[in-house]
Amino acid sequence: MGRSSRIFLVPLVTWLGLFLVGPLLMVAVYSFLERGPYGDVIWQPTLANYTRALDPLYLRIYSKSLVLATSTTAVCAVLGLPLAYTIATAPKRWQPGLLGLLMVPFLTNFVVRVYAIRLILAAEGPINLGLLSLGLITEPIMMTDSTMAVALGMVTNYLPFMVLPIYVVFEKFDFAMIEAAKDLGAKGWPVFSRVILPLAKPGLLSGLSLVFVPVLGEYMIPDLLGGAKTLMLGGLITEQFLRVRDWPFGSALAMILVTAMMFVMWLQHRYRGIEARRGDGGRIGYSRT
Amino acid sequence: MEMEGALATVELKRRPRPHAIAYLISLVCYGLMLLPLVAIIFYSFLAPGDASDASQWSFTWDWYQALSHDESILEALTTSLIVAVVASLGSTSIGLLGALALHRSQFSRSELVSGLATLPLALPELVLGLASVIWFGTIGLSLGINSVIIGHITLTTAYVVTVINARLTDFDSAVIDAASDLGATPWQVARRVTIPLLAPAIGAGAMMAFTLSFDDFMISFFTAGVDHDTLPMRIYSMIRFGINREIYALSTVLILLTITGLGVSSWLRRRSI
Repeated sequence: MGRSSRIFLVPLVTWLGLFLVGPLLMVAVYSFLERGPYGDVIWQPTLANYTRALDPLYLRIYSKSLVLATSTTAVCAVLGLPLAYTIATAPKRWQPGLLGLLMVPFLTNFVVRVYAIRLILAAEGPINLGLLSLGLITEPIMMTDSTMAVALGMVTNYLPFMVLPIYVVFEKFDFAMIEAAKDLGAKGWPVFSRVILPLAKPGLLSGLSLVFVPVLGEYMIPDLLGGAKTLMLGGLITEQFLRVRDWPFGSALAMILVTAMMFVMWLQHRYRGIEARRGDGGRIGYSRT
Repeated sequence: MEMEGALATVELKRRPRPHAIAYLISLVCYGLMLLPLVAIIFYSFLAPGDASDASQWSFTWDWYQALSHDESILEALTTSLIVAVVASLGSTSIGLLGALALHRSQFSRSELVSGLATLPLALPELVLGLASVIWFGTIGLSLGINSVIIGHITLTTAYVVTVINARLTDFDSAVIDAASDLGATPWQVARRVTIPLLAPAIGAGAMMAFTLSFDDFMISFFTAGVDHDTLPMRIYSMIRFGINREIYALSTVLILLTITGLGVSSWLRRRSI
């Protein structure tokens, strides 16, 4: 397209300036302001919000959120890679069905999905009923309102974000290569670590940040499954905005969250850059020999 | 017939069989994702009483009836539908024009613009929500259905631009050059050549925008103010108030709608091939 098509850009650029760049810059500005007595702001520059954000009380919340996000991402990778591989190697006519079974929970309303997990774990839910009727327990076990429930909710909800990018990579791949490796005598672990894993790497890398980033800022899952005890970063920020009405402090926390995410994405970008420079020979381990 | 059978065997042979552990993990994953949904559908038909004794179970449509008479849910559904329709129309138009202009553009800042346009993909919805609410306060826009729509357009435009851009890089741009060489204005090129070729991607982008907007909780939660609950917000506050059975019924309806939507879209895709 020629130069004159640049006019098509006007709505997009205007919109982004007005409703994306403006708002995000305002968060940065607010994070340096003081909170007024009625939940308003005082236009007086201060670093107080950031020094307050370094309080051990909050540091504990960040580290808890980081641990949860890291472990969720790790579990999703461990579960998602075999699942993507199983779907990709299934007979062609089964694949739409297998993907469909993945897409139904993926596209079902998020609140409904989280609530369904709460139901599964509830006192009157199927797990407790099953255990009761088998006589394994006499009283329902309390499983909601715990960190375990939050972790289960995170893994269950974000698993498709790991599976889909890995599946996309596998789908384009000629599986004859794996058969070839087997024919040449490789089996079990070497086939996995030197053929399958390097192949899956680009998808796996996308999956890692697609899971890690939203989990770190997740509000709903800890709120509905973790109860009052498990306050995570997302809940802490939301609370500042909607309950405490300390917008400057909430903005400072949001800035910290965004910085953490940008760091993760920068790491990923850098790692990809190194991989690209190493070239294809580096990607598929055995071809170097 | 024989030929087909032979091809199928070849294909089967070429595809490796995953290890038993992979099958086991896949089964666990499907169980984790699907059992909660199956449970919620089952419970939506269960009459109150002692659920622990299977011989006492009885089934009922009561929750669905209660649902159909719940004004607040119908109101929230209307709000959600209006927001999703307007937001998907808005983001599809802005995103389509933007993607067309950004494609093969020599404009020096086009990378910056496309980076910004797709930024909401990487930003947690929470941040977009709180940034919007601060901004609306600053520019004096009162919170309500308009602010929700604006927030949703910003979010969904990112997806529309990505989907249409992917399609643009796929197709043969020679047809566009040919049209311009033959004297078509950019507008004519867009209307007569590019847009018809892009129709499937535009449709996919619009559907994605609609789904995302209809599903969104976080941005609406921040920008709706009082009195303009979307459906996910309404479900959330019902959960908060401990209303269970009606949510089970509503969830079942939403799950069935998702399955129908998926079925229809895959049927459309197969027909268009």
